[in-house]
Amino acid sequence: MPPIRDVMPAFELFQPASVGDALGILDRHGADAWVMAGGMDTFDWLKDRIRKPKVVVDLGMVDELRGIKDAAGGLEIGAMTTLTTVANHPLVQERFPLLASAALIVASPQIRNQGTVGGNVSQDARCWYYRAGWPCYRAGGNICYADTPTAVNREHAIFNADRCVAVNPSDTAPALIALDAEFVIKRGSAERVMPAREFFVGPGIDITKLTVLQPGDLLTAIRIPATWAGKAHYFEKVRDRQVWDFALVNIAASLNMSGTTISDARLVVNGVAAEPYRLDAVEAAIKGKPRDKGTADMAADLAVQGAVPLRHNAYKIPLVKALVKRAIRGEAEWTS
Amino acid sequence: MDLLSWARSPWGESVLIHISWDLFWAALVGGLLFLLAHGGYMLFSQHHKRSSSEVDRLEAERKDLPAQITRHGFVARAFHWVMAFSMLTLLVTAFLPIVGVKFAWVYWHWMAGILLTASVMFHIVHATFVLDFWSIWVGPKDIPEFKAEMMRDLGQEVPGAPKPGKYPLGNRLYHLAVMVAGLFVIGSGILMMWRVRTGLVERNPYLLSDSTWGITYVVHGLMGVGFVGLVMAHIYFALRPEKLWITKAMFFGTITRREYLEHHDPDRWVADKPGSN
Repeated sequence: MPPIRDVMPAFELFQPASVGDALGILDRHGADAWVMAGGMDTFDWLKDRIRKPKVVVDLGMVDELRGIKDAAGGLEIGAMTTLTTVANHPLVQERFPLLASAALIVASPQIRNQGTVGGNVSQDARCWYYRAGWPCYRAGGNICYADTPTAVNREHAIFNADRCVAVNPSDTAPALIALDAEFVIKRGSAERVMPAREFFVGPGIDITKLTVLQPGDLLTAIRIPATWAGKAHYFEKVRDRQVWDFALVNIAASLNMSGTTISDARLVVNGVAAEPYRLDAVEAAIKGKPRDKGTADMAADLAVQGAVPLRHNAYKIPLVKALVKRAIRGEAEWTS
Repeated sequence: MDLLSWARSPWGESVLIHISWDLFWAALVGGLLFLLAHGGYMLFSQHHKRSSSEVDRLEAERKDLPAQITRHGFVARAFHWVMAFSMLTLLVTAFLPIVGVKFAWVYWHWMAGILLTASVMFHIVHATFVLDFWSIWVGPKDIPEFKAEMMRDLGQEVPGAPKPGKYPLGNRLYHLAVMVAGLFVIGSGILMMWRVRTGLVERNPYLLSDSTWGITYVVHGLMGVGFVGLVMAHIYFALRPEKLWITKAMFFGTITRREYLEHHDPDRWVADKPGSN
């Protein structure tokens, strides 16, 4: 039977007005509760009736989760801040144009008006086999339908596939990792702060999740230190359509320059693995090198080492190489 | 509590996925309850050993035997500990993620599985051509020994009861259980290598039908949780005071002449001198 569309299953709706109330509800309902930020991921799941939570906690009324404020030269962004606000905020544009660029290119204007930065980094995988409700590994089953000889896997992983080959679809996630951001997660009266990179998990660690969030957890804020403010930033997203599409591959880079030499760098690509893929080896290799074609070529070759393409996504290897070259040279027009 | 997990395939068929992980907790709790019950019974019951006078007499009669007798040669001990290491690694990598300790377990799991498979293959060859193959098996001839063990456990003297050859009845029954569970878990595990990327075989999820894969996963899971109980029991008995002489032999290879005469029938197990297999 085809899935029923557009008619959501019944659930109990909570609309708390404070973080404390939200945490209390999440604590009370545990795994039965579904946290809804902007609803851009949630409504797909609910309308397709693939997920049928007993309780939905809509964070739309929690004003304290919205807003962007200065934090010692860095920024603290409430998790419910919309992507439009992030993209247009003068402090973000001034200090972290990398994040502004990433937020500005998410989906469509309507979705950016409703979607939040917390939701964008926490959204689930977009693999259509998984989203169709098939019993794949990510859904608790014992097969990856996308990694079979006849699968349609053009958009899937080329790195770190461990049974599941779904990719992380977020545009803001690689930008935040490239800025050394920290995620603030509350649970009951406890709070933990973790590097953005550790917020994401691959299938080897937990094949049913893309993030470390557990029932009862609430991502409340994202803190970006001043470290990379005003440095050289680069973000580029390659997608099939220039509006309203997920990245085939995107790249976020922060470079700290000493004259013409790269003194420190962060490079993160997404759409190639189940978690944003930080190019540690490239970062180490380009440190102390000039920002030129030779360095870019060397970095590009290094970036794709270990890539294992599926039947239909080998194009992602030259795509990653090209994006790494362009990010290091800082020239979007430059393609050779 | 569900025993099995089912799902609906893309073709609308109901297919098995794996066992319910509740069974892991059932095996863990069941194993702990058994240990507590057995430990409590042994503490308060009138469990009888052979009388020391009987053993004294036997020892006096068999002064010709060496003071130390080889029970497990080096190769047999090495196999045992390699298998124990691989089995514990398999259990830890399989079940820690289920209880919430998340780590990249798949690679370590299949690597340990290969080590277990290789060690078991070696053991089969070694036991067939070097060791006394039939000494570990159980059969109808062991019924009198089984009765005597039961009577002793129930607190009764059993004078003149038959004694085992190289392996006590408990060892042989345990070996049988481990062998059956081991062959199923290894067989299903080898098939599952075609579901993951190992570099050893070309991944092919269509090797079997969905329903056969489901059965494979269920068999692997059932035997896996079975091993939780089996390993718990094994470690428990290895640490029990009255069994420590066997455990020591698995470390050092030998038992004393007195232990040999107390626990074994010299006609069914002819003692080897230290240094032999």
